[in-house]
Amino acid sequence: MEKRVVFHNRFLPYLLVAPQIAITVIFFFWPASQAVVQSVLREDAFGTSSYFVGMENFAALFEDDYYLNSFKITALFSTLVTTLGLGISLVLAVTADRLIRGATIYKTLLIWPYAVAPAVAGALWGFVFLPGPGVFAWLLAQMGVDWNFHLNGGQAMFVVVVAATWKQISYNFLFFLAGLQAIPKSLIEAAAIDGAKPFRRFWTIILPMLSPTLFFLIVVNVVYAFFETFGVIHSLTRGGPAKSTEILVYKVWYDGFEAQDLGGSAAQSVILMAIVIGLTVIQFRYIERKVHY
Amino acid sequence: MAKVTLKGVKKNYGPVKAIHGVDMEIKDGEFIVIVGPSGCGKSTLLRMIAGLEAITDGTIQIGDRVVNNIEPAERDIAMVFQNYALYPHMSVYENMSYGLRIRGRSKADIETRVQRAAEILQLQPYLQRKPRELSGGQRQRVAMGRAIVREPSVFLFDEPLSNLDAKLRVQMRLEIKRLHQQLGVTSVYVTHDQVEAMTLADRLVVMNQGRADQIGSPQDVYNHPATTYVGGFIGSPAMNFLTCRIDTGQAKLTDDVILPLPAGWSVPAGEYSLGIRPENLRIARAGETAHLQLDVDVAEELGADTLLHGKIAGEEMVVRVPSHAGFHDHSRPGLVIDIERLHLFDRESGLRVATPG
Repeated sequence: MEKRVVFHNRFLPYLLVAPQIAITVIFFFWPASQAVVQSVLREDAFGTSSYFVGMENFAALFEDDYYLNSFKITALFSTLVTTLGLGISLVLAVTADRLIRGATIYKTLLIWPYAVAPAVAGALWGFVFLPGPGVFAWLLAQMGVDWNFHLNGGQAMFVVVVAATWKQISYNFLFFLAGLQAIPKSLIEAAAIDGAKPFRRFWTIILPMLSPTLFFLIVVNVVYAFFETFGVIHSLTRGGPAKSTEILVYKVWYDGFEAQDLGGSAAQSVILMAIVIGLTVIQFRYIERKVHY
Repeated sequence: MAKVTLKGVKKNYGPVKAIHGVDMEIKDGEFIVIVGPSGCGKSTLLRMIAGLEAITDGTIQIGDRVVNNIEPAERDIAMVFQNYALYPHMSVYENMSYGLRIRGRSKADIETRVQRAAEILQLQPYLQRKPRELSGGQRQRVAMGRAIVREPSVFLFDEPLSNLDAKLRVQMRLEIKRLHQQLGVTSVYVTHDQVEAMTLADRLVVMNQGRADQIGSPQDVYNHPATTYVGGFIGSPAMNFLTCRIDTGQAKLTDDVILPLPAGWSVPAGEYSLGIRPENLRIARAGETAHLQLDVDVAEELGADTLLHGKIAGEEMVVRVPSHAGFHDHSRPGLVIDIERLHLFDRESGLRVATPG
């Protein structure tokens, strides 16, 4: 039976949803529409005049090697963050699920990184990898690695991937653990009686049953890597060295607020918005069909 | 097929003793039902036979092999779970063949075995379906099919029918019985339902707080319950227990209510607990001397029978009489007891008192 609340005042329901609507309009629809408008305009550096240029901003983007490169960097970065983040947190969740003693402490500690602000996480890993005094940097130097992520693009990518992944592991871990705990124990026991060893049980029973969780997390992690790693990158590498860690979102900000190309920046935002919409459609299409088996 | 032998099997969860030492010999091809209320340790016992729970003490033997430290997969058993434990992402065919595939059987062999099991269980039309597309009874049959295809020495059933509705339960009970007659595989079946226990079992094990109170055939357990617990658990409605004093061949309930004892009972004088099954009392015929008068509080109409609930000598009593006898709330019928079917138990220990005659 459908539960419906009945309001006696016709305006009360509208009043109750008004704050949420207002927030969405002010912080989403309005800036989004501004971005769309801005993306077809060209503005001078002082913001005194602007004129309509049609699709020129977009055309310019796709001729810009830096922009195309940023696409590649974003693809690499999000693939690494998603696969590493999911892989590591799955291993941690499987381990935590088996623990009998000390499970609470283990879980609590694993959830902490999620509470750390991105910029703080960046600063933290910045210290760890700081050429010279940083702990990892020192270890790597001991092993004879010529370490300086401020100069080496590959090393810079490594550092931002580590920091971004570390922050996301908690979130993935929670979902995986909940997913694992939702698998009826008798299923695992039935598989054990059927003769499946732990490794085989994992691949043939546990992982397929986790697939809805896994798929959900892939989308969430891609979105995270695309849009929410700005703070980490900004505090660690500022997109450098030589744009080697400049992901799309970072470039939007840089081109708009540092390079003062508002039209180009807005055009990039519009493209990103299209990507988000695409990801959301995927999520709704496949994830909302909760049962995959 | 194999016999299963339990010797002094115990299970502790830390300081909590769940199973206090069970000895049992299950013959080859026998259908054993372990019955008891929830928390009596019956499922634990079954899971220990399956190898899903470690054994604290004692030995479990399947065939001639002690299996205490053998993995569930190597014990040559198959188990049917209460919630069926079907793999939701696999079709019925895949569910049934999973164990065979893991054991590396040939495709042709798997095909024959699954088809044969599907035929026995009438599952052929559903082989390509997923479990969620099946009804409760069909899922139950798939779970049994998964057990059958492996052709194990022992079947273990953990309350397999308790998730089904009443009608289906009766039907599946019959199917399990037929299946056992057809395949003749040693089976251990756990249930809390005494009707299931009585109808399915060759022998039943009545568990009470981690102990096997009685092991015997259904008739044996019904006719000669070893303890007041067994007497009260098997049979519905439950056996009535009345405190009595036995002296000079008579059982005295109160000053007014005195019952004769069966011919030849020789028990020492003293306080006892007298067990009378509700079906072993009847309404006194006209002109017949009633053994006792029941003050009926409530008469429960069942259709064929009526259950009369009332008090005798201050103790609760239930009597099953034919409905046409026409008794109702607050009536006061005179009752005759089938004296030959009285049960006598020790007041303190609840153990059956031998009544040599």
